[in-house]
Amino acid sequence: MEKTQNNKAWFLVLPVLVVVAFSAVIPLMTVVNYSVNDTFGNNDFFWNGLGWFEEMISSERMHDALGRQILFSAVILAIEVPLGIFIALNMPKRGFWASFCLVLMALPLLIPFNVVGTIWQIFGRVDIGLLGHTMAALGIDYNYTNDAVDAWVTIITMDVWHWTSLVALLCYAGLQSIPQAYYQAARIDQASRWSVFRFIELPKMSGVLLIAVLLRFMDSFMIYTEPFVITGGGPGNSTTFLSIDLVKMAVGQFDLGPAAAFSIMYFLVILLVSWVFYTVMTTLDNAETK
Amino acid sequence: MAQITLRNLAHSYFPNPKSEQDFALKEMDHVWQDGGAYALLGSSGCGKTTLLNIISGIVRPSHGRVLFGDRDVTDAETAARNIAQVFQFPVVYDTMTVRENLAFPLRNRGMDAAYIAGRVNQIAQMIGMEDILNRKARGLTADAKQKISLGRGMVREDVNAILFDEPLTVIDPHMKWELRTQLKQLHREFGHTMIYVTHDQTEALTFADKVVVMYDGRVVQMGTPEELFETPAHTFVGYFIGSPGMNLMEASVSGSRARVAGGEVALGAGYGAVSGRTQIGIRPEYCSLTAGEGLPVTIRRIEDVGRHRIVRAEMAGQPFNIIAPEGMAIGADMTRVAFVPGKVSVYADDWRVAGGAV
Repeated sequence: MEKTQNNKAWFLVLPVLVVVAFSAVIPLMTVVNYSVNDTFGNNDFFWNGLGWFEEMISSERMHDALGRQILFSAVILAIEVPLGIFIALNMPKRGFWASFCLVLMALPLLIPFNVVGTIWQIFGRVDIGLLGHTMAALGIDYNYTNDAVDAWVTIITMDVWHWTSLVALLCYAGLQSIPQAYYQAARIDQASRWSVFRFIELPKMSGVLLIAVLLRFMDSFMIYTEPFVITGGGPGNSTTFLSIDLVKMAVGQFDLGPAAAFSIMYFLVILLVSWVFYTVMTTLDNAETK
Repeated sequence: MAQITLRNLAHSYFPNPKSEQDFALKEMDHVWQDGGAYALLGSSGCGKTTLLNIISGIVRPSHGRVLFGDRDVTDAETAARNIAQVFQFPVVYDTMTVRENLAFPLRNRGMDAAYIAGRVNQIAQMIGMEDILNRKARGLTADAKQKISLGRGMVREDVNAILFDEPLTVIDPHMKWELRTQLKQLHREFGHTMIYVTHDQTEALTFADKVVVMYDGRVVQMGTPEELFETPAHTFVGYFIGSPGMNLMEASVSGSRARVAGGEVALGAGYGAVSGRTQIGIRPEYCSLTAGEGLPVTIRRIEDVGRHRIVRAEMAGQPFNIIAPEGMAIGADMTRVAFVPGKVSVYADDWRVAGGAV
């Protein structure tokens, strides 16, 4: 039988295409445009090919920022993931205290990023901040504005405070879905607490845990607001992460070409890592159902 | 191994039970023989799983004591009771191989490695999994996983009892039969006390030496399959065991005769004064259609199930089933039913009344 060819349905997709074009594709294309051109203003562009990419990929300033960024994400994940699991394991499973803990844990997640930054900026100040002033009174030399280690400790503590809840809540959801029979069987098998965690809880949590790691990686790798508010990238360049450096380059120095080339590479790195995570997750899922 | 004694055991999920209705398990007093194969049979929500969890130590009974041998284990943890339990759904350790799964309970008890290896191979052979011992448990089918659970329950030789909580629910019908036969064989081989919870009478009757029928939180009868069939102690047992179940009729009993809606029935035994709601019960197997003697029935339809036929009839407006042998001609004049003498049971308020001499 001859089928009627009618592809008019494609027009129904048009509104979405227009919206996506304006919200994502066209802005991204401007960045692509900047990254392959040089300009001295007045909308005059000179073709520069891959010049900016070459310059950026070998720039020491970028290498340093990337190094700091990787270190930051690694430290964040190394603290927040085990801590989140630990908290989830120790949260009450039902009753009033379960709801209480859930609300308490969700609170930091509800605070806007710049407010979190401001809270910690003031909290840590030696002159008026509760934390900074107490430390000074105890004779501990703590000042995040002129000591690189103090600045790192402050930002990492802040991020742990802000985001560990997310990991904990996801793990908690994973733990709640384990049928009671598994724990009963483990008790009958005389499994130790560690075995229960290693062979029951961890495997059953692995799915949500991967999502938690992915989310925390992406967020920490793109962190901007909080360090910008607390340290502004200082002291020196010690807390200048990729996005802070990017903004400095683009809006501070108006080096639009290098900044554009750099942001495209930045975007590709995140895309690559997310893709790897996604692949790992789906392979695990397939192994589960096979 | 030990004999299990339930002494004045009762359980309520409410902190302060007021009436009998609040009890999930009504008071009971039973002894489960060492090495017996028991089946706990009853419809959903009758308290079978509660009773099983009390024996395994997952639930602490609100009243009464549980004894293993002479030892009071009412307050003992599950691990201290040294029992094995197989659950309704397969519980396997996904990240371990089949071998590690089977070895896990032994390893946790610090057994000797050579002994573990030998024992695991023996169990693997029994459940037919020698070929896939080194595979991860994660990718296996539900019935393979359940076999691992069964194997893990069986792997310890010194357990006091092995408890099964409807273990064959997720298994394909043909595998069910095979596994049940294997369980039976294992029981004969090792002589563990086995308690098997099910709501399937075929499963219970083929597996167990003694079937414990539960109804509404109470053990209504504990007996061999024959006893359950021939002399049901409670109308529920009559109705639940057998296919179709026992026919029950409202009656008034005097001496060795009962008056029912259609006429009089000889009971084959003598009864004193029976108080309360009186019923008589007769198995469809002990009824036969006749043209002359017996009580009048109206036949509604006849089902041929192969080995015999089930006659679905009505007596005084109540459904009444009769089993007719294969090949017997059922004519239009066969409107009466006769009972085999001595196979009629009398019930007062649902409980069986024992008859005396005529």
